Amino acid sequence: MSLSSWLTRHAQNAVGALGTLSRNPVATALTITVIGIALALPAALGVLVQSGRALAGGWADVRDFSVYLAPGIALGRAEALARELRVNPGVESVRVISADIAVTELSKDPGFAGALLALEANPLPHTLVVRPLVSMDSAALEKLGAEVQKANGVDLVKLDLEWAKRLSAVLDFLRRLGLITGGLLIAAVVVVVGNTIRLDIQNRSAEIEVAKLLGATDAFVRRPFLYLGLWYGLLGGLVAMLILLIGLWALGGSIARLAGLYGSNFELGGATGSSLLAVLAGGVLAGWGGAWTAVARHLAAIQPKIA
Amino acid sequence: MIRFDNVTKRYDGAREALKGVSLHVEAGELAFLTGRSGAGKSTVLKLIALIEHPTRGTVTVDGRNLGKLKDREIPGFRQQIGMVFQDNKLLADRSAYENVALPLIINGTGQREIGRRVRAALDQVGLLDRERYPPRTLSAGEQQRLGIARAIVSRPKVLVADEPTGNLDPDLALEVMALFKRLNEVGTTMLIASHDLHLVEHFGARRITLTGGQVLDVTAAPLTASTGAVSP
Repeated sequence: MSLSSWLTRHAQNAVGALGTLSRNPVATALTITVIGIALALPAALGVLVQSGRALAGGWADVRDFSVYLAPGIALGRAEALARELRVNPGVESVRVISADIAVTELSKDPGFAGALLALEANPLPHTLVVRPLVSMDSAALEKLGAEVQKANGVDLVKLDLEWAKRLSAVLDFLRRLGLITGGLLIAAVVVVVGNTIRLDIQNRSAEIEVAKLLGATDAFVRRPFLYLGLWYGLLGGLVAMLILLIGLWALGGSIARLAGLYGSNFELGGATGSSLLAVLAGGVLAGWGGAWTAVARHLAAIQPKIA
Repeated sequence: MIRFDNVTKRYDGAREALKGVSLHVEAGELAFLTGRSGAGKSTVLKLIALIEHPTRGTVTVDGRNLGKLKDREIPGFRQQIGMVFQDNKLLADRSAYENVALPLIINGTGQREIGRRVRAALDQVGLLDRERYPPRTLSAGEQQRLGIARAIVSRPKVLVADEPTGNLDPDLALEVMALFKRLNEVGTTMLIASHDLHLVEHFGARRITLTGGQVLDVTAAPLTASTGAVSP
C-alpha cells in the first residue's frame, strides 16, 4: 500500500469516526461530558496543589528560625556568620538584627518600654533570622539548625519544627491525593470509553464479520474504533479544559476574598498552557487506551461464519 | 486450482461433516457442488474460505496449502478469493456502491481506481443505475447480483458461492446463473454449492455430488466447459 493510500485510509477512518459520533449527538454529548468531568477533577486538584505550593512560599516566614549569639559577641562576628550561612544551599536568606536595633524595636512595645529603661545595659544579643528554602523538609531543617548551633559564638538556635512539619505534611497529602484521584479518574475514563466502544463493536458485529470474511486485517477492523476512542478522549479533554477554566474563573474571586478576610493573600492559580495541554493529552491517551482495551477484548470474538 | 486431498472435518462433539473427501477443480473451470442439506457442501466452502480448518487432509487453493498459512496470512488469502453468500451479507446501512467498494477499500486500492472498478462491476451485473441505493431498497435478485458484484470487483482468480440462488424464484435464479456463466467465460474458476439439481443440469457444468460428507458422484466435464479434468 502506498503512503498516500495509507494516509487517505487513516484520514477516512478519522473523519468516519467523527461522523459516527455526530450521528448520535445526545449519547456522544453525555459520554464526553462524563469524560470531561472525570478529567477536570484531577486537573482542578492539580491547580489546588500548585496554589498550595505558592501559598507555602508565602508562608515562608513560619519556617524562619532565629539564631541568638552569645552576649558580648561582636556585631562583626554576627555579620561573618550571616555570610557563611548565605552560601549554604538550603538557606534562602539571612537577616542580621543587631542588639541596638532589637532593643529599639522592643522599646516601641509599651509592655517592655518601662522595663528596658530600668536596665543599665542592653540585655539583648545580636540575632540572625535565617530563612530556609521552602523545599527543605523538616529533617533537613533540623540538621541545619544543629549545624548552626555548633558555630562559634552561637548561644541558642530557636527552630519551630512543628510548623514546618505540618506544612510539609499538608503538601505531601495534597500531592498524593492528586495522584490517587487522578489515577482513579483516568481509569474511570478508560472504562467509560472502553464500555462505549464495546457497545459500538456489538452494534457493528455484522459489519465486522463481513469485513473479516472479505479479508480485512485486524488492524483494518480495529482502526475505526481506535479513532473513535481518540475522539472521545480529545473532546472529553476539551470539555475538561472548559470546566477547569470556567471553574477557576467562577471561584477565583470568592476564594481570594475569603483568604483576604483571614489576612492571607492566597489566590487560586490560573491553569497554565502546559497544564491544559496535559489535560488534553491525558484525555487522548485515556480515550485511545480505553478503545484499545475494548477492541483487544471483543474483536477477536467476532469471527466470520457462513450459515 | 482447488484441490481437496482426503479431507475430513469433524466439528467439536459432532459427527464428521466430511469424511475423506478428495476433489479437484481446474483453473478456469465452473463446477457445481450438489447434495442434500447436511451433505457437507457448506463445510467444503468454509474450508476454502478458511472459516474452518480440516481435521485431517489437505486443502490447496491456487497452489497454496491452506493448512500451512499463518494466521496473519489469512486476510491476504481471503482478499484473493471471491465469495457469494446465500444471505448476501450486504451492509444494510451502506449504499450499493459502498458495499461493492468494500473489498477494494480493504485491500488498499486507490480512490480513483475504486470508483472505476466498482462502476464496472455494477455495470456487469446490471446495477449501475442503483449505485446510490441501499440494499433494502433492491429486490432479492438485485441484492444477489450486488453480492456477486462485490465478489468479482477485486477480480479474484477463484469464486465460491454458497446457494446463491436459494432465495430466488426460478427466473431470477436463471438470471444469476447466467451471470456466473459469463464470469466463468472470462477465466474465473468457480465452485458453486447448490441443491437445485434442475438449475445445475440446465448449465451442463461438471457436478460434484456429496452425500453424508462423502463424494458420491462426479459427472464428466462437458465439452463446452473451458477446461475440466474430472476428479477424483
